[in-house]
Amino acid sequence: MARRVAIVGTGQTHHRSHRLDVNGRELIHEAVERALKDCELTIRDIDAIVIGNMDHFESINYVDTWSVEGSGGYMKPIMKVTTGGTTGTSVAIAAYYHVASGLFDKVLAIGWEKNSESDTTGAIITCSDPVWDRFSYSGAIPSLATEASAYMEQYGATQEDAARVAVRERTHAMNNPYAQLHGRPITIKDVMESAMLAYPIKLLDVCPRTDGACAVVFAAEGTAERIAPKPAWIKACAVRHAATWFGDVDYNTGLLSLKRASLEVYEKAGIRHPVEELDVAELYLPYSYAGLKWIEVLGFCGPGEGPKFIWEGHSDMGGKLPINPSGGVMSTNCIGATALLRTAEAALQIMGKGDKRQVPDVKTALATGFGGCWWSDAIIMSSKKP
Amino acid sequence: MQDGKNQELLTLNSGDLAMPYEWSIGLYGSRFFQEIREKRRFLGIRCPKCQKVLVPPRRICGPCFQKLDELVELSDQGTIKAFSVVNYPFIDPATGRQRPIPYTYGYINLDGSDNIFSHLINEIDESKIKVGMKVRAVFKDQAEMEGNIQDIRYFEIIR
Repeated sequence: MARRVAIVGTGQTHHRSHRLDVNGRELIHEAVERALKDCELTIRDIDAIVIGNMDHFESINYVDTWSVEGSGGYMKPIMKVTTGGTTGTSVAIAAYYHVASGLFDKVLAIGWEKNSESDTTGAIITCSDPVWDRFSYSGAIPSLATEASAYMEQYGATQEDAARVAVRERTHAMNNPYAQLHGRPITIKDVMESAMLAYPIKLLDVCPRTDGACAVVFAAEGTAERIAPKPAWIKACAVRHAATWFGDVDYNTGLLSLKRASLEVYEKAGIRHPVEELDVAELYLPYSYAGLKWIEVLGFCGPGEGPKFIWEGHSDMGGKLPINPSGGVMSTNCIGATALLRTAEAALQIMGKGDKRQVPDVKTALATGFGGCWWSDAIIMSSKKP
Repeated sequence: MQDGKNQELLTLNSGDLAMPYEWSIGLYGSRFFQEIREKRRFLGIRCPKCQKVLVPPRRICGPCFQKLDELVELSDQGTIKAFSVVNYPFIDPATGRQRPIPYTYGYINLDGSDNIFSHLINEIDESKIKVGMKVRAVFKDQAEMEGNIQDIRYFEIIR
C-alpha cells in the first residue's frame, strides 16, 4: 500500500526572458533555496532529489550531475527525468512515487530551463521523427497551430474566442510577481493585431520563452503535518503518453492523452462534476486555443462549448472555476519547469499562500502537464488527507 | 534487398553540412520510398486487430501492439485535416540554414488510410486554404528522386 504524500513547500525564481544575472546552477539554486525556506527545512533534511529539464535545449547533458551544486544534490540520491513539456509534472509524479513507495521521507522535485541559452525551435524539431516528420515540421508553434485549425473547422471557433483566453491569462499574470509577462494587460484587439507567427497563431496567442526554475518539497504522512500547517495532499496522479508519429494524432477526438489522464484522476479522487468539485485549476495551456479545446476534454464543458465557457467568465478569478490564477504558461514558459510550476501553483492555492492570486478557500485543485507528441499528465491535490 | 550485399541505402540530405547520424527506416519504410520512386504510389499497412490502415507503413501498431504485414495501396489524393502557414524564421537543424518562409505544412488523410500524413502544401495564402479541402501529391521526376520524403515535392489543392 502506497503511503500518503503531501507537498509541503514550493519555490520559484523570478522569471524573465533572459536571466543574465545567473547561470543555470544558480538559477536552480534560487528556486531550491526558496522552496526550502517556504517549509523551513534545510538541504540536510532532504533525502533524495528528482530533477528535470530538456537536456538538448541548453546543450548540457547529464544535468543531474552537472547541477549538483545548485540542486543541493551533493552525496544524495538524485535522478533525472526528461519527458518534453510534461517534464515538470513527470518530475513531480516521480518525486511523489519516491515518497509513496516508502523509500524516502522528504524529496525535492526540481524543474528548470534557461531558454535564452538555447535554440528552442531547433531543439524541438529534433524531437520529431527524423525520416518522416522533420522535413516539414517547424517546432512547437505550428503543431499547435494545426490543432487549432482543425478545432476551428470542427466547431466554428474563432480567432477572437482564442484571444479571450490570452486576455485572461495575461490579466491573471498581473497578480503574480514571479510571472515573466507580469504587469502588462492586453486586450482582444492587441491579440488580433499581433504578428501572425503561424496561422492561426499570433504572437499574443502563444507562450513566451523563459529563463526560470521551480522546486517543490514532497513529504510523507507523519512528516508532512509536522512541516506544514496546511499541506497539499496528493490525491491522484496519472501519466499518458500518446503517439510518437505526428500522423497518428486524431485531431477530431480531442486531446486523447489529457482525456485519459483526467478521467483516471477524477475517478481516483471521486470527482464526477469537475467544475463544481474543483476549486481551481492550473493547466498547462501553451497557447490560447488550448484554453478552448482542452477544457472541453477535461470535462469543464461539452464539446464545442469552450468559447462560451470562457466568454461567460467562468474561468476568470471569481468565476465558477478559476483557471491559471498564476497567468499560466502563456505568461511564463521555462519548459522543464513549466509543468512543475503548475503543480507548485496548485499546491500553493491549497496551502493558502497565493497572496494576490489566491482563490478563496481552495480544497481541491487540478494541475496538468502537456508535451511532446500530445502527452499529458494530471495531478489532483486536496486540503484533506486522502 | 535483404541479403545485405545488394542493399541500397536511401539517404536524407543535410546539404553540405556533415551530420554524424544514420537512421534506419525499417523494411516497410524502404518499401514506401521504393513504391513512390517506381510507381508514384503511396503504401499503407493494415492492422489485423483494429483494421486501421496506417501510413507510412510500419511494423507495429502502437495502440494494438500488433505486428503488421498487410501492405495496402493508397491514393495519391487526400483531404486536409489540419494545417498551418509558417511565417517565422528559424534555423532548420537538418541543414543548419534558415528554412524558406512562408510555407504551409499540413496533415493529410490520404484516401484509403485511417491516419494522417505530414507534408508541405503549396498554398501560402491562408484565405485560400481550408481544412476539408482535397489535395493531390506532386512528385519529383524519377531521375531526381533520392528515396526520401522530399521525393514528394508537396501536395497541391485540387480546385
